[in-house]
Amino acid sequence: MELIGPADESLATHRQRLGPVPKLASGELIAALDASGLLGRGGAGFPVGRKWRAVAERSSGRAVVLANGAEGEPLSRKDQSLMAARPHLVIDGALLAAGAVGADDIIFYIGTEHRAADAAIRHALAERASEIRGRIRIVTAPAGYVSGEESAAVHFVNAGDARPTTTPPRPFDRGVGGRPTLVQNVESLALAALIARRGHDWLIDHGRAGGIGLITVSGSVKHAGVQEIDFASTLSDVASAAGGLRGDAQAVLLGGYFGGWGEVDEQWGLPLDPRSMRARGLALGCGVVHFLAPESCGVEATARIMAYLASQSARQCGPCAFGLSAIAAATQRLATRSPQADDLDRIVRWSGQLVGRGACHHPDGAVGLLRSALELFADDFAEHQRRRCRTVSRPKRVAVA
Amino acid sequence: MGAIIEVDRIRCDGHGLCAELLPERISLDDWGYPVIKRGPLPEHLSALARRAVDVCPVLALRLAHASRPIALI
Amino acid sequence: MNDTLLWYATRGAGVVSLVLLTGVVVLGIVSAMRWQTASWPRFLTTGFHRNLALTTLIFLAIHVVTAVVDPFTALGWEAAIVPFSSPYRRFWLGLGVVGIYLLLAIVFTSLLRPLFGPRVWRVVHWLAYAMWPVALIHSIGTGTDPRFAWMLAIEAACVGSVIAAVAWRVRRAEPTAWRRLPAIAPQVKKWS
Repeated sequence: MELIGPADESLATHRQRLGPVPKLASGELIAALDASGLLGRGGAGFPVGRKWRAVAERSSGRAVVLANGAEGEPLSRKDQSLMAARPHLVIDGALLAAGAVGADDIIFYIGTEHRAADAAIRHALAERASEIRGRIRIVTAPAGYVSGEESAAVHFVNAGDARPTTTPPRPFDRGVGGRPTLVQNVESLALAALIARRGHDWLIDHGRAGGIGLITVSGSVKHAGVQEIDFASTLSDVASAAGGLRGDAQAVLLGGYFGGWGEVDEQWGLPLDPRSMRARGLALGCGVVHFLAPESCGVEATARIMAYLASQSARQCGPCAFGLSAIAAATQRLATRSPQADDLDRIVRWSGQLVGRGACHHPDGAVGLLRSALELFADDFAEHQRRRCRTVSRPKRVAVA
Repeated sequence: MGAIIEVDRIRCDGHGLCAELLPERISLDDWGYPVIKRGPLPEHLSALARRAVDVCPVLALRLAHASRPIALI
Repeated sequence: MNDTLLWYATRGAGVVSLVLLTGVVVLGIVSAMRWQTASWPRFLTTGFHRNLALTTLIFLAIHVVTAVVDPFTALGWEAAIVPFSSPYRRFWLGLGVVGIYLLLAIVFTSLLRPLFGPRVWRVVHWLAYAMWPVALIHSIGTGTDPRFAWMLAIEAACVGSVIAAVAWRVRRAEPTAWRRLPAIAPQVKKWS
């Protein structure tokens, strides 16, 4: 396993396993990242090589690397696990990124709740103090869903305010201290560090269609937790590795609260690599795989997620603040089977009105989830508008031993 | 090439004066915030668009000239 | 040039300016309160507010120029430019000069708003709440003639309308309070 393991691997073990950080000619690593097709693992899935090149082109040696370990997504645990278990690999990635883009300042942006990850990174930095020579600092990200958004991270480092800002300018143009800033998820940095050692083919060969990556499995499984998978894996593989499903899951949430619902039966045997998922209209995003228990109601689950996302709005833009609140209130009324006459119509209409109307993608993500719920749970929503629930009326299934 | 109306969504406070002056291109959503029609402005609306931009109490609007947006390409 | 004419022009333009300024302040408050009806869109309020303010400048110019050139008042240009420098009614006249400077600052930053940005514009604009009382007190204090009933009535109407508008504003919730309101409570923070 590359990305997970027992806690807090020491520098000595790390070096023993992987050897020293390679020295690459300028541009070489970025070319390798391009060739490998590595996509960012923070949720947006943007090509990593392209991002690094954009920063490198604007850098005059004073760029900044921000290793994003905020992980505000409640269902995701992979980044904190990675930092806790393989801190040196992540640090390698950050150092390599700094070399490749011409940065003289590295910031580790670690979520305040991720104590083990924070401790492991601090310890690892101390072990390499002479090599790092004060170029790396840790900034603790405040709790909250949007604090990991790239402009929010930069805003927090600059001004102590973890709310997204209007873009342009984007961080790669002007970020921390007004300098070009590479904001990159810690898992992406770790994978870049592995590609640097093994070449761009490694990612493709090793994982067949798209490489390896971390996912967080939760919900109606025996053993929830972080798994390292290769992307040729299927939901069936993931469920087995999690000890099997508890009961007959009907729906699976892929990609976290900004992802979408999929039908378990439909997705069961299909590979999880980014391209074929996109072809099916889905995305693994930040790697969340959450199985909805059969006794749970999809409308209720969606209402809880919408309430959470509404509460996490930075409340800077009217459509997001008001729109998500209104959607959350209406889905809540639907979930409790006491809707107003046109609640279902309203949430359908509102979900069309919010896309692209905030300064960041928070409303877009929320609406994406809502739309997938309205599609997958169409019958449930219709029933709830009629003040009934299919799930609750169904006899409770006994969990399969 | 016509200009494009851009709104700073954080500054925007939903005053709605822009929609009053340029209803051809700007309408208001359920909460009073502007929904701007995509695409460049036709020539005959540029003067009105200029007024709409100037009337905004919080200066949330601007007229940008249609050019390739900054992309990571 | 008939001295009395100049004197009347000064007084007349002064009263008109006060009334117009009162209108400007009230319209500014109506605008901030986002008041509108089906047949009165908001841009009319802001448009009137702006145009009345610019019109006021014209009457103020007449008021100041006629006061300075009037041989009866023996005011020089210095009195109009340096506050509290006139020996005649030093304090009350000085207030008038201060009031005009405040107004000019507000108008200048408003006309060049894109240059100054919304924050500076807003801070300077709040000086209107200092400018109007200053203008009113100047008007009351520089009156030498016996108080005519109509003059008192005009002043009372001005004061009354501004007080009413301010009271209306103070009682209603700030339209941007939604930015500070706590968001709806999350029902689930973390799922197991």
